[in-house]
Amino acid sequence: MATRTETMTVNMGPQHPSTHGVLRLVLELDGENIVSSDPTIGFLHTGIEKTAEQKKWQQIVPLVERMDYLGPQSNSLAFCLSVERLLGIEDEIPERVTNIRVLIAEVQRLSSHLVWLGTHAMEIGAVSVMMYAFREREQILNIFEMIAGFRMFPSYLRIGGLREDLPRGFHDVLGPFLDKMSEKIDLYEVMLTKNQVWTKRTVGVAKLSKEDTIAMGLVGPLARAVGVPYDVRKVFPYLNYSTYDFIVPTRTDGDVFARYQVKIEEMRQSVKIAQQALKRISPTGVYDCGDYRIVPPPKDRVYTEMEALIQHFLIYSQGFNVPKGECYVPVEGPRGEHGFFIVSDGTNRPVRIKSRAPSFYACQALPRMIQGGLIADVIAAIGSTDVVMGDVDR
Amino acid sequence: MAASADLEVPVLTTTVEKMVQWARRSAIWPVTFGLACCAIEMMAMAAGRYDVARFGAEVFRGSPRQSDLMIIAGRLSRKMAPVLRRIYDQRPEPKWVISMGACASCGGVFDNYSIVQGVDQVVPVDVFVPGCPPRPEALIYGIVMLQRKIDRSRMSA
Amino acid sequence: MSSDPARTDASFLDLVRTAVPGASIEVAPRIDMPVAIVDRDHLVDVCQTLRTHPDLQFSVLLDVTAVDRLPAAPRYEIVYLMVCLGPAYGTAPARRLRLKVQLADDSAAVPTVSSVWPAANWAEREVFDLFGITFEGHPDLRRVLMPDDWEGAPLRKDYPVQIRKDTASWSPMQLTEEQFAANMRAAREHAARAARSIRGDK
Repeated sequence: MATRTETMTVNMGPQHPSTHGVLRLVLELDGENIVSSDPTIGFLHTGIEKTAEQKKWQQIVPLVERMDYLGPQSNSLAFCLSVERLLGIEDEIPERVTNIRVLIAEVQRLSSHLVWLGTHAMEIGAVSVMMYAFREREQILNIFEMIAGFRMFPSYLRIGGLREDLPRGFHDVLGPFLDKMSEKIDLYEVMLTKNQVWTKRTVGVAKLSKEDTIAMGLVGPLARAVGVPYDVRKVFPYLNYSTYDFIVPTRTDGDVFARYQVKIEEMRQSVKIAQQALKRISPTGVYDCGDYRIVPPPKDRVYTEMEALIQHFLIYSQGFNVPKGECYVPVEGPRGEHGFFIVSDGTNRPVRIKSRAPSFYACQALPRMIQGGLIADVIAAIGSTDVVMGDVDR
Repeated sequence: MAASADLEVPVLTTTVEKMVQWARRSAIWPVTFGLACCAIEMMAMAAGRYDVARFGAEVFRGSPRQSDLMIIAGRLSRKMAPVLRRIYDQRPEPKWVISMGACASCGGVFDNYSIVQGVDQVVPVDVFVPGCPPRPEALIYGIVMLQRKIDRSRMSA
Repeated sequence: MSSDPARTDASFLDLVRTAVPGASIEVAPRIDMPVAIVDRDHLVDVCQTLRTHPDLQFSVLLDVTAVDRLPAAPRYEIVYLMVCLGPAYGTAPARRLRLKVQLADDSAAVPTVSSVWPAANWAEREVFDLFGITFEGHPDLRRVLMPDDWEGAPLRKDYPVQIRKDTASWSPMQLTEEQFAANMRAAREHAARAARSIRGDK
């Protein structure tokens, strides 16, 4: 009797505990091996870019924070930098504000990597790592709540500076936290790096070659895990990153374990940068560029001076006009190069806002990564690429 | 519940219905239906600091067929609506739905072509939890409200 | 820092002009990176030169997007953002470039650059999905973000932001594996057919 093999089509649907959001993967399987796969995205398409065309420039900051919801303030930082360059006020942002922005960006990177570590490890099976990582993340969310009153989407970074000054006691909370954070990262490494269960599930899994990584447009931790030391903070520095002392970690293997190692090391570097930034920031001081056509004047002046009242009213009723032109200033987000391509026609509303989403390209590269592997490796692969569906679908 | 004071062994009497509803509401197991940002706060609720397990939601089931509760956490797009309805239909009775966040309750910040303006257009909702995203304590309060609702309701419902 | 001339220096485009004679490459005003407007017919050759020329090496395509400038003319601009990674990957210096192709309306198609950078595959699908602009030679042109049976291109300026539509949510409960595979195939064919009818070819 002749035997015949055929492949089986299985749906790993949008509702799945381990697909990091709503991603559908239709897998063609030969036993447990994956012959081919077809990702379908769009289940979280929110039309943020279309909605943003109806909003005034300063109203878009909370909107874009909800795109990449694990690292929201890197979104708002990228947006604010693009708008500020188009406005031409880039040089008027005070040094203190720039240092605070660096601090917030690095703490945000830490928070995003903690969620990545927790969920990635939990899906592979190390459930307790999630509890540890979320414990540290709660402390970071406490800090965000201190500065702007909101845990996840503080909208603290605004066009022209910050929303308000740092609260009292900020240094006393953040300093000890950062000092203890490096021990916590060592703890995560103790739990995972030499753990045989972890290495058996991650070493050699979901490899992507250097040429494929670059050809698929992946720049970020995924590229650094194949040996391409490209980091926007070093190659095209923004804010004042060129004055900070940090290294860009790379590995050469390009598998899940290499990406894990790169990100753990990035967390350590983030702590280092944040500690340097914290030393440079004075507890109170200037917090915006002082141009009251763009940032609102302080409230006590609004209540007593006529001109400040008019400026406040104009900003909140009709906003400010951004000169005609286009701009793209990317930042190094937790997932890679992240930037907003904005087009303005001189009015108080944008013509187009396009977010260059690193997760979009990571999703595109998924079929190449998982081909030939096992189903269980799909989970590891998706976790290692750190896709956030809000960023993919916008 | 009446206590019989003249017996040596204390005895409480109640109705079967109250016992069943008490059992049902003390161990509500949700199915993972995290869509967007609210899912992260839902995970934070399940993590160590807010620990929803002490309220009965011990595990988040992966399969809808083993769950009691569906917390729709996040914005529902039109492409996802059939999937939501199918997951809801696959769950056995008794089943409850919590709509978490502004986007699930009413469309939230996103009133546009792509977001369903409230998941109650697709599934019947028991509790709405407002917020963007709601704090984990707010979601726990929503679950407690649901527990009170189950206590009040009749078994056949 | 903001008036750094090296950042907007577009002189390297002369290398492209020599390599692809006949291409019209105009440099546009810019403040953040060199911007060039290319004509549609020479787009693929220009991109190939940008990627493979040893002094240019724009190996990473960051994004492909479109801008609908209604009522300004030309209406559509297809924008390509690319970067040369510098010493991290190659020998050419680190640079950024923004390339634009202008279209008067959606009747003309733009040649695909997915043969030059595979990363363009999904990005061009997204432009097709949200703007209705066709890419010639694309291996798999169908909708990516919107549902497959969606009508219209949502990000065009004449498409409304808010619509009132009944939410379609019913789907059959039990399927066999053959039915599921057949559904997937039918969905792909339907999407391809819808895409062909949007493009207007019969």
